[in-house]
Amino acid sequence: MVVPLSDDLRPSIVDRLRADLGDDLVEVHLIPDVDLWVRVNAAAWRQAGTSLRAAGFDYFCFLSAIDWMPSPYGRGEDDPSAEPAEEDPSASEIRQGYAGGETRFQLLARVTDIRRHVSVTLKADLLEDADGRMSVPSWIPVHAGANWHERETHEMFGINFEGHPDLRNMYLPGDFEGHPLRKDFPLLARMVKPWPGIVDVEPMPVSADGGDES
Amino acid sequence: MTMLSERQQLSYIAAQAADARLNVELETEGMTLNIGPQHPATHGTLRIIARLDGEQVVWAEPSAGYMHRGYEKLTEVRTYPQVTALINRIDWLGSFANEVPFILAAEQLMEVEAPPRAQHIRTILFELSRIANVSLFLGDLGVQMGAVTPVFMAFRDREYVLNLIEGATGGRFHPNFDRIGGLKDDLPKGWIDETRQVMKKLRNFCDEIEDLLFGNEIFQSRTRGIGVIPAEVAKEYGLSGANLRASGVDWDLRRDQKLPLAYDKVDFKVWTHPDGDSWARCWIRLQEVREATRIVDQLIETIPSGPVMAKVPRIIKVPEGEAWVSTENPLGEMGYYVVSKGELGPFRVKIRSASFNNISITPWVLKGVYVPDIITILASLYFILGDIDR
Repeated sequence: MVVPLSDDLRPSIVDRLRADLGDDLVEVHLIPDVDLWVRVNAAAWRQAGTSLRAAGFDYFCFLSAIDWMPSPYGRGEDDPSAEPAEEDPSASEIRQGYAGGETRFQLLARVTDIRRHVSVTLKADLLEDADGRMSVPSWIPVHAGANWHERETHEMFGINFEGHPDLRNMYLPGDFEGHPLRKDFPLLARMVKPWPGIVDVEPMPVSADGGDES
Repeated sequence: MTMLSERQQLSYIAAQAADARLNVELETEGMTLNIGPQHPATHGTLRIIARLDGEQVVWAEPSAGYMHRGYEKLTEVRTYPQVTALINRIDWLGSFANEVPFILAAEQLMEVEAPPRAQHIRTILFELSRIANVSLFLGDLGVQMGAVTPVFMAFRDREYVLNLIEGATGGRFHPNFDRIGGLKDDLPKGWIDETRQVMKKLRNFCDEIEDLLFGNEIFQSRTRGIGVIPAEVAKEYGLSGANLRASGVDWDLRRDQKLPLAYDKVDFKVWTHPDGDSWARCWIRLQEVREATRIVDQLIETIPSGPVMAKVPRIIKVPEGEAWVSTENPLGEMGYYVVSKGELGPFRVKIRSASFNNISITPWVLKGVYVPDIITILASLYFILGDIDR
C-alpha cells in the first residue's frame, strides 16, 4: 500500500537523526500524520536521546520495555477441565512490532517536541549476555526524569541501566524475586483460581421437554 | 503581575541569612523525618522520607508502591472491552477520562471512528470528570493548608457533577461507559437542562474559592514563590497538565493534537502562568475548572444528532499493530501505548500516567525547602496515588 506522503516534518527528523547516528539508526517506521518509530542500536541509546534533545525534543514522555515472547501461560481464560487445544507452532514464535527487531526484549521511549507538536518513539534491541543479563546506558544525563522510569523498567523487566544512581525497587519488596512484566512470569492470581469469566460458557439449563426455559 | 515586591524579596533574603547564621551557631544535627504513608486529603498512601537540617530539607524521596495493582500485567489477560473496567481505577477522581485514550488507541488500530454524536458526548463527559476531579483538588488545597471550610464546599458542589455523570452513565465514580466505536448509551432526557444549571453552580463555586482561599493572605504567603519549577526542568521531568502550564509552557493536548474528540468545535483558552510556583499551579487549576464549564456549556448546545455507536463486530479483535494515544486528563498527560497481535486482548499496554512523572520531580523540588512547605508543594503538584502506582 502506498501512502501519499503529506507529512514532511517526520521524514526531516529521520534525516537529522541519521546524520547524527549513521549506521546506529537501524530501522524506521513512519505512519504519515500519525506517528514515527525509530529503532537504534542499544550502544547508541544515549546518543540518540542527546541528538533528539538537541533537535528540540526536550519533553520526556516515558521510558519502558517490551517482552516480545508470547506468554507460555496463555491468557488463563481456558476451562482447565477442557481438552488442551492443538499446539500451534507459530504461537510461540517471537514476532516484533513496528520498526522490526531481533531480540526478545526491546527498550521503548518517547520524547516530544512541544514547539512543533511532534513525538518520536525510540526502540532499541537488547542483547542478553550468557547469564541472561541486559544492560544499556542510563538516560538520566539526557532527561533527569528518566530516573523513575528506569527504576520501574529495571524492576519489571530486569534491565540494567549503566550509570543509574539508585535502581531500588519502586513497588515490590526489596527481596522480591523475578520480574513481573516478563512474559514468563506467571500471573499467580490466574494460576490459583480459574478465571471466573469462564462460567459464562456453561450450557444454559434445558427444561424436561428439551425446549428452552423461556 | 505576580512578581514579589522588592520589600518581600529583601525580607526573604534577610530571613534566609538569619537562618544560615543560626545553623552555624547551633550546629544542628541532621534528622530524618517520615511523612505518611497517610495523606491528609486521602488521595492514597504515599510516604515521603525527608532528611532535615534544622527546618530545611536537604534530601527528600517519596516512596511509592503502597497501591501498586499491576494493571500493565492484568491488561495482558483481559479482552479489550474488559480493560476499561480496570483502567477506570487509575485516577479514581476522574475515571471517565482514563477510558478515553485507551479506547481511542484501540479505535486507531481498528480504523474505526466513533460517530460525531458519540465524540461529542465523550468530550462532555471528559470535561465533567475534569470538573469533578479538579474541584475536589481546590477543596483539598484548603485542608492541606489548615483551612477546613473549602473542602465542604468542594464536596457539596462536586456532588452535582457526580449526579450528572451518574445520570448519563449509571456510575458515580467508575462509569465504564466508553466503548470501542462509541458509547454504551445515549444521554437521558432532561440531562442537558440539568447540566446547564450545574455549570452555573460550579462557576459560583470557583468564585467562592477564589474569594475565600486564593484571596486569603495566609494562603498567598504560603504558596507564592514556594517550590518554583523552571520550564526547562519541568519538561525534562515530563511534567504535564497544569504543572507544566504553570511553568509558562503553552502546551495542551486538547488543543495541540488531532484526535476524534469535539475540542476543535469549541472556543476555549489555555491558561499559562510565568511563575512556576505553588501559587501558579493552584491558580491554573482554578482557571481550568472555569474553562471546562465553558467548554461543557458550548458543547451541550451543539450536540449533533445520530447514533452513538459505530458498526463494530460483536467480538472485538484488534488488528496487529502499535498505537500511542494520550489525552489531557485532569492530572496531565495520560497515554496508553497499546501493542496488539491481532488477538482478543492486548499483547502489552504501557500506561503513562500523569502523576508518575509529576511526582518524580519531588526529590529535585523539595531540596532546600522548609518543612511546612513540603505539604504545600505536594498539594500544588497534585497527585492521585492510584495514578502513580497503577
